[in-house]
Amino acid sequence: MSGHDSKYFSTTKKGEIPELKDELNSQYKDKKKDAVKKVIAAMTVGKDVSSLFTDVVNCMQTENLELKKLVYLYLINYAKSQPDLAILAVNTFVKDSQDPNPLIRALAVRTMGCIRVDKITEYLCDPLQRCLKDDDPYVRKTASICVAKLYDINAELVEDRGFLDTLKDLISDSNPMVVANAVAALAEIQENSCRPIFEITSHTLSKLLTALNECTEWGQVFILDALSRYKASDARDAENIVERVTPRLQHANCAVVLSAVKMILMQMELITSTDVVRNLCKKMAPPLVTLLSAEPEIQYVALRNINLIVQRRPTILAHEIKVFFCKYNDPIYVKMEKLEIMIKLASDRNIDQVLLEFKEYATEVDVDFVRKAVRAIGRCAIKLERAAERCISVLLELIKIKVNYVVQEAIIVIKDIFRRYPNTYESIIATLCESLDTLDEPEAKASMIWIIGEYAERIDNADELLESFLESFPEEPALVQLQLLTATVKLFLKKPTEGPQQMIQVVLNNATLETDNPDLRDRAYIYWRLLSTDPEAAKDVVLAEKPVISDDSNQLDPALLDELLANIATLASVYHKPPDAFVSRVKTSIQRPEEDEEFDGVDAGSSESSVHAVDNSSSPSVSSNVPYASTREGAPAAPAPAPAPVPDLLGDLIGLDNALVPVDQPAVASGPPLPVLLPSSSGQGLQINGQLTRRDGQIFYSIMFENNSQIPLDGFMIQFNKNTFGLAAAGPLQVPQLQPGASARTLLPMVLFQNISPGPPSSLLQVAVKNMQQPVWYFNDKVSLQPFFTEDGRMERANFLETWKSLPDSNEIVKELTASLINNVDVTLDKLAASNLFFIAKRRHANQEVLYLSTKIPGNIPFLIELTTTAGIPGVKCAIKTPNPEMAPLFFEAMEALLK
Amino acid sequence: MAGAASALFLLDIKGRVLVWRDYRGDVSALQAEKFFTKLIEKEGDPESHDPVVYDNGVTYMFIQHNNVYLMTASRQNCNAASLLLFLHRVVDVFKHYFEELEEESLRDNFVVVYELLDEMMDFGYPQYTEAKILSEFIKTDAYRMEVTQRPPMAVTNAVSWRSEGIRYKKNEVFLDVVESVNILVNSNGQIIRSDVVGALKMRTYLSGMPECKLGLNDRVLLEAQGRSTKGKAIDLDDIKFHQCVRLARFENDRTISFIPPDGSFDLMTYRLNTQVKPLIWVEAQVERHSRSRIEIMVKARSQFKERSTATNVEIELPVPSDATNPNVRTSMGSATYAPEKEALLWKIKSFPGGKEYMLRAQFSLPSITAEEATPEKKAPIRVKFEIPYFTVSGIQVRYLKIIEKSGYQALPWVRYITMAGEYELRLI
Repeated sequence: MSGHDSKYFSTTKKGEIPELKDELNSQYKDKKKDAVKKVIAAMTVGKDVSSLFTDVVNCMQTENLELKKLVYLYLINYAKSQPDLAILAVNTFVKDSQDPNPLIRALAVRTMGCIRVDKITEYLCDPLQRCLKDDDPYVRKTASICVAKLYDINAELVEDRGFLDTLKDLISDSNPMVVANAVAALAEIQENSCRPIFEITSHTLSKLLTALNECTEWGQVFILDALSRYKASDARDAENIVERVTPRLQHANCAVVLSAVKMILMQMELITSTDVVRNLCKKMAPPLVTLLSAEPEIQYVALRNINLIVQRRPTILAHEIKVFFCKYNDPIYVKMEKLEIMIKLASDRNIDQVLLEFKEYATEVDVDFVRKAVRAIGRCAIKLERAAERCISVLLELIKIKVNYVVQEAIIVIKDIFRRYPNTYESIIATLCESLDTLDEPEAKASMIWIIGEYAERIDNADELLESFLESFPEEPALVQLQLLTATVKLFLKKPTEGPQQMIQVVLNNATLETDNPDLRDRAYIYWRLLSTDPEAAKDVVLAEKPVISDDSNQLDPALLDELLANIATLASVYHKPPDAFVSRVKTSIQRPEEDEEFDGVDAGSSESSVHAVDNSSSPSVSSNVPYASTREGAPAAPAPAPAPVPDLLGDLIGLDNALVPVDQPAVASGPPLPVLLPSSSGQGLQINGQLTRRDGQIFYSIMFENNSQIPLDGFMIQFNKNTFGLAAAGPLQVPQLQPGASARTLLPMVLFQNISPGPPSSLLQVAVKNMQQPVWYFNDKVSLQPFFTEDGRMERANFLETWKSLPDSNEIVKELTASLINNVDVTLDKLAASNLFFIAKRRHANQEVLYLSTKIPGNIPFLIELTTTAGIPGVKCAIKTPNPEMAPLFFEAMEALLK
Repeated sequence: MAGAASALFLLDIKGRVLVWRDYRGDVSALQAEKFFTKLIEKEGDPESHDPVVYDNGVTYMFIQHNNVYLMTASRQNCNAASLLLFLHRVVDVFKHYFEELEEESLRDNFVVVYELLDEMMDFGYPQYTEAKILSEFIKTDAYRMEVTQRPPMAVTNAVSWRSEGIRYKKNEVFLDVVESVNILVNSNGQIIRSDVVGALKMRTYLSGMPECKLGLNDRVLLEAQGRSTKGKAIDLDDIKFHQCVRLARFENDRTISFIPPDGSFDLMTYRLNTQVKPLIWVEAQVERHSRSRIEIMVKARSQFKERSTATNVEIELPVPSDATNPNVRTSMGSATYAPEKEALLWKIKSFPGGKEYMLRAQFSLPSITAEEATPEKKAPIRVKFEIPYFTVSGIQVRYLKIIEKSGYQALPWVRYITMAGEYELRLI
């Protein structure tokens, strides 16, 4: 099948426009069609044929589908430049949208959506309404996408005409293609709206998972991508979802596989059973490896993603390092990414083989790749202490090849190795000095100079070596000048002889008088002053011990990593940057954008490290991070008076000013003293005390504000950073205005499993509190496990025994609680029962009492407890068995506190 | 998470726009062309450039095919894997339509190209890429009929890859089991990587909507059925199926059931990580005699059973780029010097198992070399071969059942073949 359309390009010469005009108005069908083709050909090569608009539109009413398509195409291109004339086409569009042929109906609605002219948009609504309910699925699937088009042009219109509801209904359509496109459209609309529009309930979830089995490969990607932001209610829910998604790992389409991996990884965060997690890791490895047999461009995307995945779950590919070895014909961009992953997977077990590979790569021809390979050897040396020596010997071998850029790169990494392992490998300095005169790159030069300065006392001719660099001091780049300055000072301090003394004069002169670089000048002046006033102090400063470095290059910040993992397969995961960093489109926000900004502004104003804390918290109120926060049905409902839905949190807090009632804080106002979290000395007079407590089966943050400042404080807001339990506020913080000297106490209902921080369980809870008058305060609270013990933790005896047996011995952890004392068993048991630790059985063993108890924490994690003690004698042996042994340290802390 | 392409471009080798389709009106052709021509100019070799590039708020993703670049532009955080794969599928569709995708065929068919771009992607979302079905309602001039076409049922069906009403006089299925052996041997003679990638390539000529069921000697399946598995069953590491295979069913009971597309397709691919003994082992000794000549001695040995025979064996031996005056002797086959590849190609038509052949070659080298010693390109020895009637994995098709409601009998034909994939032995 081949055409001869190229002839249409050749006819476009001078005087063509009038000629085409004639032809377009010809009464002969064929001539007309040829003319339209010529017009499109001219359009394709970038000629302006918009002046033919009326003539082309006149050809629109035709039975010929091909001709119709061409005219439509013309309209898409030129309607915008001729908005007044575009209206001429409307009638035909509307008519076509009712054509008996579904192909034409779909074509009409598809094209109208692409014409971004307001006047046309209005006429689009009725046909669209009809097409969304068309009998033919082909028309419905086209109409679904058209809603997203319309939303992009005029969001209000879409909302007013109720298209969103129709679109939501299409999620239940009988045709999988329609479902997939409806999901894509809804997901896009949601992305651009601040309101929750597309909420994934467990009901939609199960419907979409079913559609997954039947729709096209592209549709599967839409659905998986949309579902990956569903938050499962608990571990079991997560396991069910994963079970239904795993078959997708077998799909031939790499994009389906990657989106399935994303979804599984997201759900895995919630799964508590280590067996299930291990099993899933095992299942994901082969499909990930197979991605490396795809087209190189896909491999590249896969590798960028694998880079993220191994940072979070290193075990998945721990044994697969060989598949990342570079092939001779791999494109350079694939090789570079493979190298990065090899470094990440390098371990004491495989380092010998990895080094052999790196050495091989270091002798290839592509300079960038060779450099990266040399650097990789250095990074492995820093990462793996036991392999450092082998890495260095490889580097020395490479230096001996005397390829200029290899030597320079090696010297740069050796400097880092010296810093990582001080006083270990300095014996190789002599070898390094041999290649001194070949160095011509600033970074290598600077590194060599640093080495000479740092080890001046071990290098006999250090002064000569440095002097050779000094001659060209004024011409050197700033990086080298700074190192030269510092190295000369070091040399002088270590060997205060005549030679160095003269050198230092030259350097200081050069660096102060002859330079325009303020960094260099300022550093030189400081050294000068130090040396002239107190040489001993200078020694303390300049020769101070340096902190040991570690290989953290290319390790992403955990919060960023979280965000990127949620974006697997997308551009964000390729760039390793959050979407906001490169998505340039303006959001059509409907709700209070300025308030968002205000809050962001506050963040930016605080110190760098604390900005982080708030960024991490991906606060439920900052819409860009969690635009769909309200979809978390799974979270336990808070008993607080009508807790506001989470995404409105910010709105409510801001609105609090006027809606503020002098809140009656009943039983809350009194209570046991709370630990101080923010002393008034660091809170500009604001003191905050607080502690997690459990009441009526619900976790609260019992918190007290004391205003010791001179001004009234109001508009309190609170945020929690990601934490082990995913604790977050279930509603707004209800604190009245605080006059100077006044205090207020409140119970903030909390919900769980919102922003779970990965990694081993930690008791750290980072909190940010803000009010209208002061900057944001950040403080840490130490969470006790005690308020997490749930009311339903009681176990039957038989159940207890069975569970105990079913858990492997490795899940049993024992700790001697030396400070604890049980005087009266019954009193203690009552006390424990009040904290939801339920007594099951008791046994006497010699003069010891053995008590068996059970409890549970949210996420359905049971703890089986065995306490062994002698009444009245300090010391309790506490043995626990739980599916989550990582929680044991936190549990023991809580137990110790209870048995005090 | 949502994201879609703004536009799709087909560009010529210099990066100029041949045809483009605007999906969202937020990236102009001018902007894209300006960016891409600059990229090509700067890089010289754009194949070495990352296929995902960001410029001024727009992400460009591109692939190359012959003298054409296919590129998407996007302003959103779109699914990169999906879009890049989509570009490859677009190539497949165009190839189906025009036999070959190149600048000339695009010009010759620009009307159909526009039609296809309209159908395959909507508002930047990939929609439909089954070439066979597309060609039922989008036709080129030569085949265009004057009757108005309707969208085939398949476009929106659950079975989106097959149309109804297909008729064949003789119902046949050809199944080729093709295994590619990938191997990487380092300069110490150690095998550092070896795997086998297999594909079940099908050509179906079947009427109606046939239900197929394929049985393999898959250990997991046989064990689940309680059959004995000694010696015969194999472990497949990772299996990927064509979209026609019911994945949930496979996950449940390891049954491979499907309604196949018409014509040829890859039913499944699989990978085996087991260490394979290199089927053809090549050892080379390179001696440099001062600076004037270089001598290469090569031994090639077949390490498979004598009853099998490798055919079309081609061993590519790298030689220095400045070598001249080749002088080659072989104990079997013929060797030619291919200076454009900087290699000596040793071809052996038929290489039975358990044999060893030799090659000796001598080249002259220029006596003057550059002062600055740049490292030489270290290409590996590469080997190509085919071994018919043999698979490394031992995979066997136990049955292929075809059931169609009209009750016809269909004949399955099965062939096995092993080939060299990326078969590289690094020189010392």
